[in-house]
Amino acid sequence: MELFLQQMPIVINSLNVGFLQTLRLFFVTLLGAAPLGLVIAFGSMSKFKPLSIVTRVIVWIVRGSPLMIQLLIIYYFPGLVLHNPIWGGGESGRFLAASAAFIINYACYFSEIYRGGIQSVPVGQIEAGKVLGMTKGQIFWRIKLMQVVKAIVPPMSNEIITLVKDTSLARIIALQEIIWAGQAFMKGSQGISGAIWPMFFTGVYYLIFNGVLTLLLGWVEKKLNYYR
Amino acid sequence: MLNANHLKKSFDGLGVLRDISLQVNEGEVVAIIGKSGSGKSTLLRCLNNLEQVDGGTIEIDGQALVKDGVYCPAREQRAICLKMGYVFQNFNLFPHMNVLRNLTEAQVCVLKRDKEKAAAYARELLKKVGLADREAAYPYQLSGGQQQRVAIARALALDPEILCFDEPTSALDPLLTQEVLGVIRALSKEKRTMIVVTHEMNFAREVADRVVFMEEGVIVAEGAPQEVFDSEKVKAFTGLGD
Ligand SMILES: Nc1ncnc2c1ncn2[C@@H]1O[C@H](COP(=O)(O)OP(=O)(O)O)[C@@H](O)[C@H]1O
Ligand SMILES: [Mg+2]
Repeated sequence: MELFLQQMPIVINSLNVGFLQTLRLFFVTLLGAAPLGLVIAFGSMSKFKPLSIVTRVIVWIVRGSPLMIQLLIIYYFPGLVLHNPIWGGGESGRFLAASAAFIINYACYFSEIYRGGIQSVPVGQIEAGKVLGMTKGQIFWRIKLMQVVKAIVPPMSNEIITLVKDTSLARIIALQEIIWAGQAFMKGSQGISGAIWPMFFTGVYYLIFNGVLTLLLGWVEKKLNYYR
Repeated sequence: MLNANHLKKSFDGLGVLRDISLQVNEGEVVAIIGKSGSGKSTLLRCLNNLEQVDGGTIEIDGQALVKDGVYCPAREQRAICLKMGYVFQNFNLFPHMNVLRNLTEAQVCVLKRDKEKAAAYARELLKKVGLADREAAYPYQLSGGQQQRVAIARALALDPEILCFDEPTSALDPLLTQEVLGVIRALSKEKRTMIVVTHEMNFAREVADRVVFMEEGVIVAEGAPQEVFDSEKVKAFTGLGD
């Protein structure tokens, strides 16, 4: 017990640093993938066939293969195969590579959600805007957007919760996020070794963060329930 | 007021409008009747630019939306079609806006009316369709008949010269049908120019100044209600109908 109390502050400190990196990856992914997903969604709905086909094939590949493989390829491919290590060394290089992989991966998932949301708006809504003399832009901003938002919030919430847990995959390229930080105490770090409890303890961080997000997203969903 | 000549329209090679010509004069109520699939909706949709014709001419108030199959630029199309109002079979109210906002949105963003003025006009129209007390309601909180009355008010808010209805009551049960027909009847008393596609034969007979009977993409009978309903072809149709 005494030992545990001694170790506790050291572990918490380390985990906090790791969790900060986890949060950074989470927010960068969200901020990057949300708009990129929209671009991909419009690409996949394009009337220009070659564009929509290429976009859909890319989305299919990215969604159909493990994110872990994508992380490894994006991190190692430029250096090992092209002999051009674009990511640079160290933690900042790993963070860039992880961000790129996560943004591409999540943008593809988001694009499918957006596409479903956009296509879920009934044609009659667009026609109603048209007969009232609205332009395409007015129809998008004033009629479609809110209906799309309402349709995508529940599936987006699911993806966002999944993203929180997926950030741990960045451990595979040794990004110093919270799992990496917890694991360090198993191997030995700051005078603590063979301790597995810090690893379990990382779970508490995920649970709390996801709990907060679930409440927040639930609140947004409820706000949007003012109409049906 | 409306002048449509030699309209042609086909879907996948199938002729849906086959050389249709229709004139509508100011203050006139024209009812279009005919079997399902005869092209009534397609005609109305072409007149409101929801579909494009393959050939023919549509002039509204002397301005050509399409001349011999050639459409004017998109901006002018919108301006010309603002002279037309359209009421859908299934209302198509904006679900995320309350009743008042449904009525003011286009007034403000299309006609650039002042917000206060738009709201005042919207309230006046809501009173007219008997829904003065429902301006804060959302469409899902209204019955079908109420929704359709809001949709009529929404169309009226832009002061169209011609108001078009595509089977405005066929999504409603008989009781609600009557309240909507009542509103249309009141509009006809104000000498509003209207084109009404309908299956309500008694209503057509009573309210229309002219009845147009369509069959397989052509107008086979046209004239005063009494005349048209007494012609052999239409008798065969209405006889089947009731
Ligand atoms: N968008 C469309 N694509 C293909 N066929 C259509 C389309 N709209 C209407 N049609 C066809 O055109 C014909 C006339 O339809 P419509 O104008 O809706 O008739 P009505 O309103 O008199 O029942 C029908 O055979 C219908 O199947
Ligand atoms: Mg129809």
